Amino acid sequence: MSAVLEVTGIKKNFGGISAVGGVSFDVREGEILGLIGPNGCGKSTLFNCILGQLTPSGGEVKLDGKVVTGLRPAELNKLGVSRTFQLLQVFPKLSVRENLILAGQEHQGSMASRLVGRSDAGLTAAANQMIGFFKLDHLADEPAGGLSYGQQKLLDAAMAFMGGPRLVLLDEPAGGVNPSMLSDLKERLVAINREKNATFVVIEHNMEFVMSLCTRVMVMAEGKVLAMGRPDEVRKDPAVIEAYLGH
Amino acid sequence: MSSFAKPLKIALGLIVIAALIVVPMNFNRYGLFILSQWAVMAIAAMGLNLTLGYAGQVSLAQGAFVGIGAYAAAIMTTHGWPLPAAIVVAIGLSFAVGWVLGYPALRVQHHYLAFVTLAFSTLAFLVFRNESWLTGGIYGISNIPRPHIFGIATNKPLPFYYVCLGSLAIVSLAVWWLIRSPWGRAFMALRENPLRAQSLGVDTRRYTLMAFAIGSALGGVAGALYAPLTQYIDPVPFNLSLSLDLLMMVIVGGAGFFLGPFLGAMIAVLLPEWLRFTEGYYLMLYAIAVMGLLIWSPTGILGILDRHLAERRTKAASALRAVAKSRLETAQ
Repeated sequence: MSAVLEVTGIKKNFGGISAVGGVSFDVREGEILGLIGPNGCGKSTLFNCILGQLTPSGGEVKLDGKVVTGLRPAELNKLGVSRTFQLLQVFPKLSVRENLILAGQEHQGSMASRLVGRSDAGLTAAANQMIGFFKLDHLADEPAGGLSYGQQKLLDAAMAFMGGPRLVLLDEPAGGVNPSMLSDLKERLVAINREKNATFVVIEHNMEFVMSLCTRVMVMAEGKVLAMGRPDEVRKDPAVIEAYLGH
Repeated sequence: MSSFAKPLKIALGLIVIAALIVVPMNFNRYGLFILSQWAVMAIAAMGLNLTLGYAGQVSLAQGAFVGIGAYAAAIMTTHGWPLPAAIVVAIGLSFAVGWVLGYPALRVQHHYLAFVTLAFSTLAFLVFRNESWLTGGIYGISNIPRPHIFGIATNKPLPFYYVCLGSLAIVSLAVWWLIRSPWGRAFMALRENPLRAQSLGVDTRRYTLMAFAIGSALGGVAGALYAPLTQYIDPVPFNLSLSLDLLMMVIVGGAGFFLGPFLGAMIAVLLPEWLRFTEGYYLMLYAIAVMGLLIWSPTGILGILDRHLAERRTKAASALRAVAKSRLETAQ
């Protein structure tokens, strides 16, 4: 299997503090890579560096073998890299359907065609399909800001998939989602991973969720990679146990 | 409710349009002037509503763009150019200047952006006043001709009112199309959550610049009509207070609502006239009315309507739920 994403020696300093201190890993085509570690270990900072939301202090990011370090988030998104957010990031005054159409429209045609063309950019059907897939049917015309936290999380994930991305970075998709919805969410993610051949990197604190969803797990602590391997290997690793449980 | 709401809306719209065409036929010169001014200011406010209400970019420079359009039209038409050509130049010029003014918005937001645009507004005023070789300085430009449209002279107030009204109609259709297009959705995304928009491939830089440029261009259109309406321009009407007036029209009407600028311009242009019977007190009453409205509804006039409709929807939905629940209970 070839690597979709190769990260080499990514560093990020904020003033004198090193948030990410030289992280290297690769993500293989079609896999679901889990990213775990204690709070403040640099997981989200690493995501933001990969996605162009932060400029890394050093290192390189390659997508399909091409260097993409320093590209803006919108440019990366058009190359097929999508993301979800740890905190709710929807467009509260737009309806659920409008949120999804917006999430896909910039992947259709040119800037000019989006001005003179159809008002839904031909995406109503695709948005409705995504709404059905995430079981948001009864909420399709509601403003997204009126949804519950868990429903907004689902919408956030659905938006990340609208452009048909190859690689999706999910930042705590299970955080704040109630347990009955959780198995549903996992099922959806696995289905998209298989059917659409999308590769995932998932930051998550819910161990059960990560261990059952992911094919490989990377553990970070204090801005560095502590361990990388299959979920059952990582779970037994003494260094990981120490980082999580202390002395 | 929604089954008859749409025909009702269309009928109401047609009645308003018909009234705007028919009723002013009996108006005197002054009444027509005020109504023409309403149409012109509504165009400028619609531009600002696009920049501020939809795309969320604060601007205190819309009055300056009205000035740019007015001077472009005044200078060109007094040198023998036809008004349509002057309008095209006014659009092009204010679009280009608006685009450049958009660059600061890529770095600063909210009240910082307000200060940047305020500085631009002052700069534009100084150019209008001091560059007398071009603008006539404090003496301004007089004898601005009114156009012939399809061979018909519009020197009289009524024909020129129809020119303003027709322009308002064309601009309204264009803006309606724009906000319903994916561009309109992208503008709202800028306002609601630029970070998320970026990660969905929305080129926030380009859309921000576009929001400024298009909004400013509509200010230019309004100015290009203002010049032949008053037939005399000097720098004073285009100082900061016009920008503040336009901002008030957008906020009072309801920022981010399509019909907001029409209502806002109505209040700003017509309400002071209607209050004239109170003589010395009319401006004070006007100020108090505006303050009262904004305390009652910070989202403007259309915000009140929007809230009312949302409440009715919620009530209807909970009534439906109650019915469904009682049916479930009787079925058991």
